Amino acid sequence: MLGDLLFQHFLVYIIKVTGNFVILILLMGRGMNTDTIAAIATAPGNAGIGIIRVSGEDAIKIVDVIFRNKNNMRVLKDYKSHTIHYGFIFNGDEMIDEVMVSILKKPGSFTAEDTVEINCHGGMFVLGRILSLVTGHGARLAQPGEFTKRAFLNGRIDLSEAEAVMDIISSQNELALKNSLRQLRGAVSEKIGRLRKGIVYEIAYIESALDDPEHISLAGYPEKLEKRVDEFIRETESLLATADNGRILKEGIKTVIVGKPNAGKSSLLNVLAGEERAIVTDIAGTTRDVLEENINLGGISLLVIDTAGIRSTEDVVERIGVERAKKSLQEADLVVYMVDSTVALDGNDYEIMEMMKDKKCIVLYNKSDLVPVVSLEEVKGRLEKEALVIRTSVKDNTGIGEFEQAVKKLFLEGKISVDGEIMITSLRHKEALKEALESLKLVKRSLTDSLPEDFYAIDLMGAYASLGKITGEEVGEDLVNEIFSKFCMGK
Amino acid sequence: MEIREKVDVCVVGAGHAGCEAALACARLGLETVIFTVNIDSIALMPCNPNIGGSSKGHLVRELDALGGEMGKVTDRTFIQSKMLNLSKGPAVHSLRAQADKAEYSRAMRKVLENQEGLSIKQAEVCELLWEETGTSPMEGKSTKKVTGVKIFTGAVYECKAVILCTGTYLKARCLCGEAITYTGPNGLMAANYLTGSLAAMGIEMRRFKTGTPARMDRRSLDFSKMEEQFGDERVVPFSFSTDPEEVQISQVSCFLTYTNENTHKIIRDNLDRSPIYAGVIEGTGPRYCPSIEDKVVKFADKERHQVFIEPEGLHTNEMYVGGMSSSLPEDVQLAMYRTVPGLEKCKIVRNAYAIEYDCINPRQLYPTLRFKDIKGLYSAGQLNGSSGYEEAAAQGLIAGINAAMSVLGKEELVLDRSEAYIGVLIDDLVTKDNYEPYRMMTSRAEYRLLLRQDNADLRLREKGYDVGLITQMQYDKIINKKSMIKREIERLKNVKIGASRTNQAFLEKHGSASLKTSVSLAELLCRPELNYQVLEDIDPGRETLPDEVIEQVEIEIKYEGYIERQLRQVEQFKKMEMKRIPEELNYDDVPSLRMEARQKLKAFHPLSVGQASRISGVSPADISVLLVYLGTARS
Repeated sequence: MLGDLLFQHFLVYIIKVTGNFVILILLMGRGMNTDTIAAIATAPGNAGIGIIRVSGEDAIKIVDVIFRNKNNMRVLKDYKSHTIHYGFIFNGDEMIDEVMVSILKKPGSFTAEDTVEINCHGGMFVLGRILSLVTGHGARLAQPGEFTKRAFLNGRIDLSEAEAVMDIISSQNELALKNSLRQLRGAVSEKIGRLRKGIVYEIAYIESALDDPEHISLAGYPEKLEKRVDEFIRETESLLATADNGRILKEGIKTVIVGKPNAGKSSLLNVLAGEERAIVTDIAGTTRDVLEENINLGGISLLVIDTAGIRSTEDVVERIGVERAKKSLQEADLVVYMVDSTVALDGNDYEIMEMMKDKKCIVLYNKSDLVPVVSLEEVKGRLEKEALVIRTSVKDNTGIGEFEQAVKKLFLEGKISVDGEIMITSLRHKEALKEALESLKLVKRSLTDSLPEDFYAIDLMGAYASLGKITGEEVGEDLVNEIFSKFCMGK
Repeated sequence: MEIREKVDVCVVGAGHAGCEAALACARLGLETVIFTVNIDSIALMPCNPNIGGSSKGHLVRELDALGGEMGKVTDRTFIQSKMLNLSKGPAVHSLRAQADKAEYSRAMRKVLENQEGLSIKQAEVCELLWEETGTSPMEGKSTKKVTGVKIFTGAVYECKAVILCTGTYLKARCLCGEAITYTGPNGLMAANYLTGSLAAMGIEMRRFKTGTPARMDRRSLDFSKMEEQFGDERVVPFSFSTDPEEVQISQVSCFLTYTNENTHKIIRDNLDRSPIYAGVIEGTGPRYCPSIEDKVVKFADKERHQVFIEPEGLHTNEMYVGGMSSSLPEDVQLAMYRTVPGLEKCKIVRNAYAIEYDCINPRQLYPTLRFKDIKGLYSAGQLNGSSGYEEAAAQGLIAGINAAMSVLGKEELVLDRSEAYIGVLIDDLVTKDNYEPYRMMTSRAEYRLLLRQDNADLRLREKGYDVGLITQMQYDKIINKKSMIKREIERLKNVKIGASRTNQAFLEKHGSASLKTSVSLAELLCRPELNYQVLEDIDPGRETLPDEVIEQVEIEIKYEGYIERQLRQVEQFKKMEMKRIPEELNYDDVPSLRMEARQKLKAFHPLSVGQASRISGVSPADISVLLVYLGTARS
C-alpha cells in the first residue's frame, strides 16, 4: 500500500520535473547520502500550497528548531512517523507562516530516510524564506534529482524506473547550470572572478614558497596577507549583502511603471530606490528610454522599470522609448499604472488600460495633493472590478507605504511569483558565499593564532573553491598553472 | 642457437624506478632479471645531486615505509642534509640530501647484486613479446598478455610480467645548441627500438623534454664570492630503519651565487641559437624546472636568479650549477656562466644540455601502473611522463609490488590520495591531463596535513607488511609506536592542570595567559608559546617516551582542529573511492550519460567512481547517473 503511494508520488515527481516549469531541485551532490538535504518540492506559480521537503539524518532535528505547534511548543521530535501536524514556522520570534508538517521516519519515506514535509502557503516568497531557514539550520540545498537518487540508492525505486531517474539528473543538471550562469549579473560574476583571482594568487605565492623555499621567502608575508584577507572578507561580505537584496540576480520581479508623460513615474522610482536615479522635471517626456532598477521592498526583490510616458509623439527618440515601454509592459510580472489626477483621461490612458488587462496591476491615483481633474471613481469605473487603486502623492510621500503593503500582499498570497529557479539559484549563491566567508575567517584566525603559513593556504583554497561554485568553475589545475606563471621556480 | 630463458619478471631499465621495481619483485620471491644498456649506469643521477626536497622528501619516506630502498641508500651515501621548511608547519617539513652520485650508484648496484633472486643483464631490450587474448571493452582494441622480452642479440626472456622503466632513453637525443647527439643522458647509448614495439601494441606515445645545467671544475671557481650553505646540525635520516646516530657525519657545503643583468643580456642576445626558441626541440618541457633562458624570457622583470653550486661527490671535482640548465650552444654557455660572481674563470667539465625522449601517455594505465588492456605489462618512472628520481622510485616500487602481486595471484596495492603522496602522484598521472614532465608538489596533495613526512611509517608500514616487504619486527615496532602515541594523547587530554600558584607562575614564565579554571595538559599544549618539552615542569607524572612518539603527540594535539577537518573530508572522499566500477562495464549501456562524458569514460575505464569524478569533462551529474546505473547493475 505504502509502496504504491510512494510510486505514485514518484510519478507525480517525474511529471513535475519533466514539465517545463520545473523548480524541483532534486538530487545529488558529491557528499553522498549522509547529510540532510532540502528543496521546494512543488511547482511555482499561483498554487495555494507549497511543499518544502527535508530529507536525511537530521531532517527532524532541523525542522524541530523552527516549528512550533498551536500551543507554541517545540514538539516535532516527539511525533510518530506518518503523522501530520498543524503549527507555525518561526524565525526566532518572528512567525513566518502557518503550516502543516508531516513526519515520515526511515525507512518509510520516499527517500527511505527521515523526511519532513512542510506544507505552507504557496507564494515563492514564503517558500524561499522557509527553505533558507531550513538550510540555515544545517540542511544543504538539494541538487537536481537528489531526492530521487537517494530514493533509488536506498532501494526505493526499481530497475525500470532507473532510466527515467538518470534522464532527470542529466537534464536537470544541465538546465540548472545554464540558468545559474545566465542569472549571474555580469558585474557580479566579474566581481567574483576578481576575488578568486586575488585569492589564487596568494595561494600560489604560499605554495611556491613551500615548494621552493630556497627561491621564494615568506618573511614578512603574513602581515601582507592579513591585509589582503581583510579585503577578501569585505568583498565577500558586500557580495553577500547584494545577494540578500536580490541584486545578485539579473532579474527580480519585473515591475513596470507605466502612465502618461509627467504622471510621476520617475519620481516613484526615485522614492523607491532612495536615490536620484531618474531625472525628474515638470516637462512631459523627460524620460526617453527605459530605466531599470533593482529595489528591495520588504525582502521582496523587484526589478522596477521606469518607462517613457506613453503618448502619441512625433519625436523619433521619444517614440522609440514609448515602443519599448509598451514592450516592457507586455513582459511585466506586475504593472504599476500611474494616473495623473490633474489631467483628463484620454486615448493614451485607454490604450494603457487595454494593454494591462491580463496583468497583475496596482493603479496609483497620483498627485492627490493637487486639485483633481479626474476623480478616483471615474478611474475605478474604467478599470476591471478587482483592480486595486491607491491614492498617492509621490511628491509628498503619501500612499507609498500603502503601495508597498499592497505589493507585499500580492506576493504573500502567491498572486505574483518569482521565477522559482531564480530564487533557488540565489539561495545557492548565498550558501556558497557564506562558505567562502567562513573559510576566509578561518584564514584570519590562523593568522591571529600565528599558525605556520601552509595552514593559510588550506582555507584560502576552501574559499576559492566555494566561490567557484557560483561561477561554475572547478578548481582543477588553476593553482599549479598560477604557480608556474607567476613565480619563478626551481632548478 | 636461440637463447630462451624463463623468469618470472623482466625489468627494463636500471634507473631509480627499475631498481625499486626489481628489488621488490625479487624480495617477494620472484625470479627477476633487470636489463640496463650499461651496467655502470645503475641508479645513475644524470641531473641534480639531490635526493628529496619539498614533497619529494615525502615520497622517499613513504617509499621507505613500504619497504623501498632509496632512503636507505641515501642515508649511507649523502654528504649534506637539510630539513627544509622547518619554520613552517609540520606537513611541509621536507628532507633533502646532497648525494654523492658515484657512491649512491655504487651502493645501489651492490644492493642489486646481492639480492637473492635478482640477476642483472647488460642489454638493450628491443621488443616485447605478447599475445592477443580477446576484445577490449575499450574502443577498437584487443586485450593482450605480455609473454616476454627480446634483447638486441635476439635472446628471448620469457616471463609473466614486464615492468618498463626506460627513463629518458627511448629514442633519446641531446641538444647543446646546434650540436645534437643521438644519445641518452651522459652520452650513454639510447634505446631506439622499443618505441616501435610499444606502438605496435597500440600504446600511445608522446615526446617530452627536460634539461640539465653544466658541471664545472671545482678548482676553477672562486667560492669567496659566494654564500656558503651548510647542512643541518642534527641530521634526520630518510629511512625509518636507519639509526639516527649513524647519519651524524661531517658534511660538505654548497654555495649560493646569483645571475645578473650581464648574464641575462647574453642569453637574450643569443636566444635565436637556443634549440627551444628556434623550434628545433619538439618535446614539451617542464615549467617547474625551467632552463635559464626560460626564466630570463618569462620573468623578464627579475633582476637576478639564484645559482646553487653543489658538489657532485666527495671523490670528484665536479660541481653542479643548480638553477642554470640550458640548451644554448657551448660558446654562449661559457660566456653566460662567466658573468656570474665566482664563476668568472669557470672551466666546464660537462656542458649543459636538453634531452628529448619518448614516453607514454600514462592515462593508459590503471593506478596499479599496469596497462589497462595488457595483462602483465607495467610501466614506471619517466616513461610515464614524470620527472625526478623520487617520483620514479616511488612508481617503480608500486609497479614492482603490483607485478609481483599479480604473478602471485594476490591483491594489488593502490594507494589513494588520502593515504600517500605516492597515491597523489599516481592518481594525477593516470587520471589527469598532463602535458609536461610531472613533478610532485605539496600543493597537489589536498590532504597534506595528514600526509606528513614524519608519519609516513604510521601511514604505510602496515601496507608494506601486508605486501611482504616489511618484516615482522618492523611491523611490531610500528604497532607499539601507535599505541604509545594513542595512550599519551589520551593522558594529556585527561590530566587537568589547576589554577594553582605554581602553575600560574609557570605560565607567566613562558609568556602564556594565566588560568581561570583548570584545563587539560592537551589544551595547554595547543597554545603556540608552549610545547611538550616545557610542559614537563607541571607534568611530573609523565613517563619518558621516544622523541618520535613525542613528535606525533605534539602535532596531533597542536593541529587537532585542522587535522579533524581533513579527516572529515577524507571520509567523504573515501566513499567514492570505495565504489568500484567493474572492468568490463560498457559505457554505451549506461543511458543518459552526456556524450563527452561517455567518450571520456570509455577511453579511460576508471577503477572507481572517485577516479571517474576526477576525469576532466565528467560532471557531477554524470557521476550521479553512473552511480544510479551501478546501483541497478547491483540489484
